[in-house]
Amino acid sequence: MELDIVELSRLQFAMTAMYHFLFVPLTLGLSVIVAIMETVYVMTNRPIWRQMTKFWGTLFGINFVLGVATGITMEFQFGMNWSYYSHYVGDVFGAPLAIEGLMAFFMEATFVGLFFFGWDKLSKVAHLVVTWLVAIASNFSALWILIGNGWMQNPVGAEFNPMTMRMEMTSFFEVMFNEVAQAKFVHTVSAGYVVAAFFVLGVSSWYLLKGRHIELARRSIAIAASFGLAGALSVVVLGDESGYSVTHSQKMKLAAIEAMWETEPAPASFTAFGIPDTEARETKYAIHIPYVMGLIGTRSFDKEIPGIKELVEQAEQRIRSGLIAYDALMEIRADVHNIAPEVRARFEEHSADLGFAFLLKRYVEDPRQATEEQIQTAANDTVPQVGPLFWAFRIMVGLGMLFIVTMAFFFWKASVSGMQFPRWSLWLAVLLIPTPWIAAEMGWFVAEYGRQPWTVDGVLPTALSVSQLSIGQVALTLAGFTLFYSVLFVVEMGLMIKYIRKGPYLDTAETEEWFEQRGRIAAQPAE
Amino acid sequence: MIIHEFIDFETLRVIWWALLGVLLIGFAMTDGFDMGVGALLPFVAKTDLERRVVINTVGPVWEGNQVWFILGGGSIFAAWPPLYAVSFSGFYLAMFVILAALILRPVGFKFRSKREDVRWRTTWDWCLFIGGAVPALIFGVAVGNVLQGVPFRLTEILMPIYEGSFFGLLNPFALLCGLTSFAMLVMHGGAWLTLKTEGIVQSRARVFGSFAAVAVIVLYAVAGIWLTYGVAAFSFAGPVVTDGPSNPLMSEVVHGGSWIAAYSERPWIIIAPILGFVGAIGALLGMRVGKEGLTLIASKLSILGMISSVGLTMFPFILPSTADPNSSLTVWDASSSHLTLFVMLVVTLIFLPLILAYTSWVYKVLWGKVTEKDVIEQSETVY
Repeated sequence: MELDIVELSRLQFAMTAMYHFLFVPLTLGLSVIVAIMETVYVMTNRPIWRQMTKFWGTLFGINFVLGVATGITMEFQFGMNWSYYSHYVGDVFGAPLAIEGLMAFFMEATFVGLFFFGWDKLSKVAHLVVTWLVAIASNFSALWILIGNGWMQNPVGAEFNPMTMRMEMTSFFEVMFNEVAQAKFVHTVSAGYVVAAFFVLGVSSWYLLKGRHIELARRSIAIAASFGLAGALSVVVLGDESGYSVTHSQKMKLAAIEAMWETEPAPASFTAFGIPDTEARETKYAIHIPYVMGLIGTRSFDKEIPGIKELVEQAEQRIRSGLIAYDALMEIRADVHNIAPEVRARFEEHSADLGFAFLLKRYVEDPRQATEEQIQTAANDTVPQVGPLFWAFRIMVGLGMLFIVTMAFFFWKASVSGMQFPRWSLWLAVLLIPTPWIAAEMGWFVAEYGRQPWTVDGVLPTALSVSQLSIGQVALTLAGFTLFYSVLFVVEMGLMIKYIRKGPYLDTAETEEWFEQRGRIAAQPAE
Repeated sequence: MIIHEFIDFETLRVIWWALLGVLLIGFAMTDGFDMGVGALLPFVAKTDLERRVVINTVGPVWEGNQVWFILGGGSIFAAWPPLYAVSFSGFYLAMFVILAALILRPVGFKFRSKREDVRWRTTWDWCLFIGGAVPALIFGVAVGNVLQGVPFRLTEILMPIYEGSFFGLLNPFALLCGLTSFAMLVMHGGAWLTLKTEGIVQSRARVFGSFAAVAVIVLYAVAGIWLTYGVAAFSFAGPVVTDGPSNPLMSEVVHGGSWIAAYSERPWIIIAPILGFVGAIGALLGMRVGKEGLTLIASKLSILGMISSVGLTMFPFILPSTADPNSSLTVWDASSSHLTLFVMLVVTLIFLPLILAYTSWVYKVLWGKVTEKDVIEQSETVY
């Protein structure tokens, strides 16, 4: 793969977006966990819960700030690196992004300051309200971003306007209630809850292993296990919902994830293992589980799921239809004031396939001049790289199952078995801390890489979306971001570890006094 | 959907042009003092304790303030997609520098006081300085370039092609505008610090703030004269359709004449530059006589006047092109569709008042000076 401007821009987007998503899921989940802890404090008035709120709140803050910092890049890089994309779909895609700022991020960022600085300035209940507003706003923020992303996967509620050469919104409600967006939203926030639950569980387990901050750790595990179990169940069940909605909106992505080269008679089997070979278009050493894929994908026994080869043939037809639309479009644009009704009708009949004609732009300046061979190549381009998708998806799903089992175990131990955790399970919890992040990043990889060669599925090819920058410019910023982000990551991890080692350090005297009054073991003081 | 046609396209475009101004001004008024405080940090505060006082004057509010910037980006994307596409890809490396500087800032605030080490803290102090000073300068440089026109063209399929270079942005007029915006935000940061601090830090902030206010008055006047005599304006050559499709290539634009012609066409807009000067003079006087609340208000009015003077002078141009004047983006041909502008207006009318309400509430809760005593007593929780 040679690194042209398209590949470099993609690499930069992948790097900055995946880095951003190291911090976002923890913010999503930890904000809710902290709010739950503070709710218990306000309801029971026990200082230990306030101490927990402040302790996890401190870690939340260190993480939050990097989410904010890396989010700045996300808001602007569409314009910087993807200027044709921005022009072409800004009328639709810009709206959820702006609404995210107006409705969610403003609220989150304004109140997060009061969360940290308002303890002495607000009443207990007012502070709790502030904390919940931060948690709710961060989840709303995810909603609007996923409405934006959902539209890239399933561009509903918009049509192409030949006068302005771009997609324009026809129904805001369709964009907002896009089924792909809604399924992705619940799936993504649940993933955030799992990330945060494993973080709290792992850190608390480490305290138990070290015999420190026992009271804080046990209570935190109880919260993390119940919250995490709910999150893990929801992420898998709603992930399935996501899969169902992909079946009818993004058939190629589904076929690639499943390495399904041929259309199988319904209900299709699920390939549990195999080594996909994109060149030969076959999957070696495949182990199939009958019926499962058909059931997940169509929720029926009789509907077929099309395979890759059939979808390539469909793509070829759509390219040909797109060429008719492209030709009509050029006629329209040649004289916008006198458009023959016949031309307009021809354009409208084929305009849904216009994006497929743009696939040819990689090979020929005027798609109408494309050779048969180029059309065939462009049709083949609609198949994303099967191997990475096949594996990323299976890693994600496998980890998801592991999360359910782990959380169920801790939930059972915390609720039924009186908080007695075997040491091996505590070590396991520490070791598992990074795994939900891996699953989350795999999920985004499948969503975005699986949509290739499109930025907006079936509408705008990635190759056409980029800004006309020089290789040097993008290489420079890519190197700059990589270096800069790496330094920040090291600094952030250093601080996280420092504050985890330090343990709870706020309100220690009050908490200890309260435990003594209750005649129980005192909470461990900070080192 | 018919409902959006209750407001005609032309009116919506003007409203969104005004809202673009509101967002930029909101950003400059709130995040502006954060940037000014950052730029002043190493100079008004010498000891660690003084620096913590200065940082904590903006500590609880910078996150919310910064959202004006994010929201500005999002709203340009939603309401003026061609502007978003052309400007950020055209000013590519300058944008990278701004983003890097603005990323340093949140991290600097949050991380600086989390370790005792002197070198750690000094490093972050200078990061905060960069995070304040560099964007303050570059935003002005960008405005200077917009006034002169930017070398870009739109192709047949409306793909933006930028023909200039990074160093081309750093021309003398643009640098003058950069210094003006830098002085404006330092003045604003000084005004904020005189309100929120006391003692030696306050008196240093007063000195720097006063110098900045004088610099604003001088630089803004020089920039105004230069703009009148030395910068060629843009205007429509043919008939203008104000409610047509957003396609810049459908109108004809010429490059020549003076922007100052706008003041004979719409004499009332003179109020904007007057406000710019009067506000800065008010801030200067306020700092001299020690009326801190009035100083901050005067400084805000100055910002309001200066930023709106740019928009009102250029109207209806938003981003003119020197390489191909016909590609210039204007209020009449660079907006989103009728429906999107309407939907976004409804959303804004619901949420902008809410934002203003809760932001005011937060400022009210945090009202009062930040003292060295506060920082010592709450050393573990504040920045």
